[in-house]
Order: sequence, then C-alpha cells, then structure tokens
Amino acid sequence: MDFGFSEEQDLLRAEVRKLLAERCPLPEVRKIAETREGFSRELWQHVAELGWTGLTIPEEYGGAGLGFVDWVVLLEETGRALFPSPLVSSALAAAAIRAAGSPAQRAHWLPRLARGSAIGTPALLEASDHPAPEGFALRGRPAGDGFVLSGEKLFVGDAGAADLFVVAFRSGEAREALSLALVERGAAGVAAEDLPGIDLTRRSGRLRLDEVQVPQSALLGAAGGAWPAVSRLFDLGAFAVAAEAVGSAEAALGLTVSYARQRVQFGSPIGRFQGVKHPLAEMYVDVESWKSLVYYAAWALDTDHPDAPLAVSRAKAYASEAFARIGVDCVQLHGGIGYTWEYDAQLFLKRSKWARPAFGDADFHYERAAALGGL
Amino acid sequence: MDFHFTPEEERFRAEVRRFLDENLPPEGERDARFLADWQRKARAKGWVGFSWPKEVGGGGGSIAEQVILKEEMAKRKAPPLGSCFMGLAWVGPAIVEYGTPEQKRRFIPDILDGTYQWCTGYSEPGSGSDLASLQCRAVREGDAYVVTGQKIWTSIAMWSKWMILLVRTDAAAGSKHEGITCLLVEMASPGITVRPIRNMAGGAMFAEVFFDGVRVPVANRLGAEGEGWQVTVSALAHERSGIAEVTGLQRSLEAIKDLARRSLRGGRPASEDPGVRRRIARADARIEAMRLNGMRFLTKQLRGEPLGSETSINKLHRANLEVELGDLALEIQGSRGALAPGADLVPDGGHWQRFALSWPEVVIGGGTPNIQKNIIAERILGLPKD
Repeated sequence: MDFGFSEEQDLLRAEVRKLLAERCPLPEVRKIAETREGFSRELWQHVAELGWTGLTIPEEYGGAGLGFVDWVVLLEETGRALFPSPLVSSALAAAAIRAAGSPAQRAHWLPRLARGSAIGTPALLEASDHPAPEGFALRGRPAGDGFVLSGEKLFVGDAGAADLFVVAFRSGEAREALSLALVERGAAGVAAEDLPGIDLTRRSGRLRLDEVQVPQSALLGAAGGAWPAVSRLFDLGAFAVAAEAVGSAEAALGLTVSYARQRVQFGSPIGRFQGVKHPLAEMYVDVESWKSLVYYAAWALDTDHPDAPLAVSRAKAYASEAFARIGVDCVQLHGGIGYTWEYDAQLFLKRSKWARPAFGDADFHYERAAALGGL
Repeated sequence: MDFHFTPEEERFRAEVRRFLDENLPPEGERDARFLADWQRKARAKGWVGFSWPKEVGGGGGSIAEQVILKEEMAKRKAPPLGSCFMGLAWVGPAIVEYGTPEQKRRFIPDILDGTYQWCTGYSEPGSGSDLASLQCRAVREGDAYVVTGQKIWTSIAMWSKWMILLVRTDAAAGSKHEGITCLLVEMASPGITVRPIRNMAGGAMFAEVFFDGVRVPVANRLGAEGEGWQVTVSALAHERSGIAEVTGLQRSLEAIKDLARRSLRGGRPASEDPGVRRRIARADARIEAMRLNGMRFLTKQLRGEPLGSETSINKLHRANLEVELGDLALEIQGSRGALAPGADLVPDGGHWQRFALSWPEVVIGGGTPNIQKNIIAERILGLPKD
C-alpha cells in the first residue's frame, strides 16, 4: 500500500516547476495569453524536447511511456503556473490514437505528437453541450468506404492551434452508434478557430466541417463502435482538468494566504480574523480532498480498474464545484486589489470559470456518479 | 503509487476474514453472551489494543495491519474490539507513553479486558474550545492532590470507574498551557458528585462532575506535575487514519440510498429526484475523499514521516457529513421526517430521526469545526494566531 509519489516523480515535479518558474512566470503568462495564438511556439518546442508532450506516449513512438500518475505530476505544475499551451488537448488526441488507431495511424501520428511537431485535439461536443451519446447530432453520410461530414463541433480545446482533430460523429441510429475520425486542419472543407474566452490562458473554439471526406483509412477504430473510446476521452479530459485545477487552486490559495498575512486592517494582519482564516482553511480542505480523488483516479486509469469512470466523476465534480468557489474567494478576500487587471487573483478566477464546465460540470458528474453508484 | 497490499498483509486480511466467518453471527443474532464471547476471543487474538506494543499486552500490529483489521471489521459491522472505549482511544495510549511501570501494570490489562469504563474530565463550563484556560484546581497536600472544581460534557461519567482529569496545579505559571497536571481519579472517591445532562435526542450520555476537596494520591499523577497539556496533546494525537469512520459513513450513505428508493417524492421514488441524487453523490465524493486522504496520511506514516495537523481535514469532513447525512435522510422523508421516532408513519423505526439528533457527539466532541479550521489555518497555512 503506497499512496504517494516515487523519487522519479518528485524529481519530475521539481524540474517542471523550476522550468515554468524561470521561463513562464505569471508576467510571461499574461504576455503569451494576449497573443493571437495564445501560446508560445518557442516554449512549446522546448517543453516537447524535455519530453512533456510525449510523456504518456509509448517509447516505441518516441514518447516517455509513462502513466497517468506521472501525468498528474506534470499537470499539477502546469496548472499551478497557468501555463498556456495545448498540452492536454494534444495528449488526449494521442491517447485516442494509441487506444483505437491502426498501426499505420499510430506510426504516422504518435511520433509527431510526441515531438510536438503536430498538435492534436479531440473534437467532441456540439451545440447540445452534452457529453453523452444523445448529445451527438453531427451525422456522417456514408460515401465510398467511409463518410462525408458536414456540420460543426464546439468547445474544441485549442481549435485554433490544432493540426489534427479527433472528431466524434453519429454513424447509425442506435443510441451509442458513434464513430471517430482523424481530420487534418489542411483538408478540404475544414476550418477551425478559437472563440474568445473569459480565460485568456486557455483556448477553445469551433471546428467547421463542410463536405469533409472521411475515408475508411481516417476512421479511428470500427465505424459505429466508438462510444467507449469517446467516453474514455471525456474521462481523460475531465481527469486532466481536475488535475490541473489542483495546481491552480493551490497557487490561488498561496497567493491569498500570503496577502492575508501581510495586509493590515484594524491594526492586525487580516489573516488573524476568523472571517478570513476560515474560508482559507476550507479552501485547503477542498484542494487536498479533490487532490486525493485525482490521484486515485490516475491510479485507476493506469491500472484499468473498473472504478475508473466513477473515480473520474467524483474528482471532476468536486473540482468543478470547489475550484469555482476558490476562484471567487481568492478575489473577494483580496478586496479591491483583487478586482484589478494588474493583480493575479483574476487569472485564477478566470481559470476556474474555464475549468468548471470543461468535460462535464459538477451537476453532470454528480449525476453520473450517482448512476454509477447504483442509483 | 500502488494500492495493493503485500502478500503478507493479504494473508493477515485472510486471517481476519476467517475469524469473522467463524465467530461473527448475523446482526440479529448477536446477544449479550455472544458479545462477552467475542471480546474474549478478540483479546486472545491480540486484536484489542492492536496498535499497542506487545510488552504492555497490546497486539504490536503494523500500521497497514491496523487498517486491514479496521476495514474488515467495519465491512461486516462487527462489534468493537474491546469494550473500554476511551481507555482504548486515548487513556491507554497516554498511560503507555507517560505512565509509571506501576500504573501500566495496574490499568492497562483492565483497559484491554474491558473490566470497567474510563471517562475524560477535560471541558469545564468556562473552558470548552479554549481548553487550556481550565480552572479546576488541585493543591498538593503531602502524598495527595486535593481537587476542587467542576467538569462538564463528561461522556459516560455516570458509568465510569476511573477518570482521566486535567487540573490546574500552578495558577502563577507563565502561560495557560503550563501549570496543568494530569491525574487518574477513581470516581468512587469521596467528594465527587455526578449529575447527568439530558441531550437534545432525549437521552443522557454526558454529565456534569463536581469535585469538592477530592483527594487523589500523588501516585495517580500521569506524567510530571505541570506536564498535563503535553500528556493530553500527545494522547489525542494518537491519530487514527479514520478508516473505521469512513466505513461507518459509507454504510450510512448506502442506507440513505435505500431509504431514497423506498420514499416517494412527488409521486416518484426520491432516488429518481435529480436534487436528491446530486446530494447523495456529493456526500459520496466527500466520503471517498476522506478514505483517500486517510490513505495519503497512512502512506506518510509508513514512510516514517510525522503526521501533523492535516488530520483535521478529515475531522472537518466528518463533522459536515454527519450533519448533512442526517438532514438528507429527514428531507427524503418529507413531512414524515419531522415526526418523532415512535410514530407509526416513520420509516426504519425512527433510526434517522435519532441519527439526525445525535451528530453533536462527534461534531462537537472532538473539537468544534471552527476549532479544526483554526488549526488548519494557523498550523498548516501559517496564518497568525487569534
């Protein structure tokens, strides 16, 4: 029984934290976030060389071949730094290709995604914004040995940056008759752009598909049988958001605690007053608790434990709910200064607004956990 | 990260399960004779005081084995191992750590055998959350301390033979934590009066205890004079991973799910109501977080790192959950939820009405939620003290 990290994992954490502190402190995050692309290509190449992009990609495809427990370490730190990058989106695309791709698809895409020379992203949600089989309206029209796709996918992570979209679409009448296709940015009829978001450090947008050809060779797995893979992508996404939220929330808590120790009112640091210290204690209790849920979910995903979907839903539900409150409390406990553009509290509040609905909000995941728990 | 136990630990788990198969009848068939028998067998196994060193008669169990034992016992709703609740929880550990050889010989075997009960004389009318401000005085006269003062909220005082008592022996000491001494007091001593207090559930589990010139032999002092605060703190810090509490909460939640399936809300089972489902799932996520927090604390202990104030995290969760689960169970019953346990319309024989009125025992007993928040804010986050 060991519910802790190894020395290698502690080392990875220290390296990631050091690099982000040096190369991407919050003033740099702000600069990058205000660029059109919303991330730094130079920094992307650098972290790719350090192995971040290929962390969970098998070694035979140029990755580090590590697991989700290792990934948690990376994500907690990128979350702590509010690192703007398509890291999660690209890793999710790689996970889908690794799980369902043909040998040719794997051999073509995984090394590129591992090297960071290509950026991938799952394109799952639509106007329904519903992460369940009935939420998919985009219908593939049979053509040749494959399908033709016309319609749009929404809330696609890093839509503006992605070279490759893992697109889910409906290919039959049955509830779960979904398929996954690999669609390249440059293909005829494909257009993708970011939508303006509250959180400038996180991009997501719209993928437009206009009579896009999806031959058999571009299908990921068997046509009509993709729901388990899609569901797994939702799970991995929810897990990743909850993991990054741990780091972001810890940073928000740290920022607020240090302010509460310094700011003097009524002749005393405000952190002495229970009206301030109790919400901070509650923030700590919540972060530590969904952190435990995230760690267990990582282990469950790594070991293909049957509990994995339930573990993910518990973690994301808790994270969505608690991080949102932490974002608000972080600003509120700062008073006026927290409301300013210059001060960093707002960055964490905005990240919490982004994280709350991403890959299912608290209501969705509590409901799912209730169902998985036998209700 | 690995949630598997070693083969040796799994062998221990199998041994525990075998013991339960052979010795634990279904819940309805557990009478007084069974209970007496159960305690004798558990004692023979070395499972009473399982974490205590073997030299004093404990089981010498490893941390992982303690968890396994608690888990398996809780899963099968087994009766407690040992019957001297406070003796096993903190009086015994304090005596093991601070007691003289004579005190260990005299008290530890009785605690393990459950020969009689211990109660805890900490809180006073003017000293609750601020325990160290206590005023109950003891003056040394020859080979005895003479105790005068009052304690309150003393659980099971009326059924206890002995009390672990905190008194002030030096009113002039520099800080309020100094000058406190710990005494072991026989409840039959002349000058002690016990007056039970009726709680909001209608029962009487706790009492006021009055001391009027009570003579306590110096030989019954635990630790040095003026060392009482350390004795208390270190005894309460014999922290449990909380595994048994988690299993208790899990069982309550399963019972509430079952209640929701049987209760109607707007003509449909309450278990189909989205609000009820979310509240149940929310409690479930918190109980699971408690279990996993406990596992992280345990890992820290297994790696030889000291466990600090982080255990307040689970105390806070538990306090919130005890209140929320009771509330949820009554709300699911709708108007029936407001009826008293005896009424014929009340489901489950009024179990949930009693449940919803008894949370203060755990929520306030071990330090109020606000005190837990102070502990976290000051000792972990480093915020200035009040």
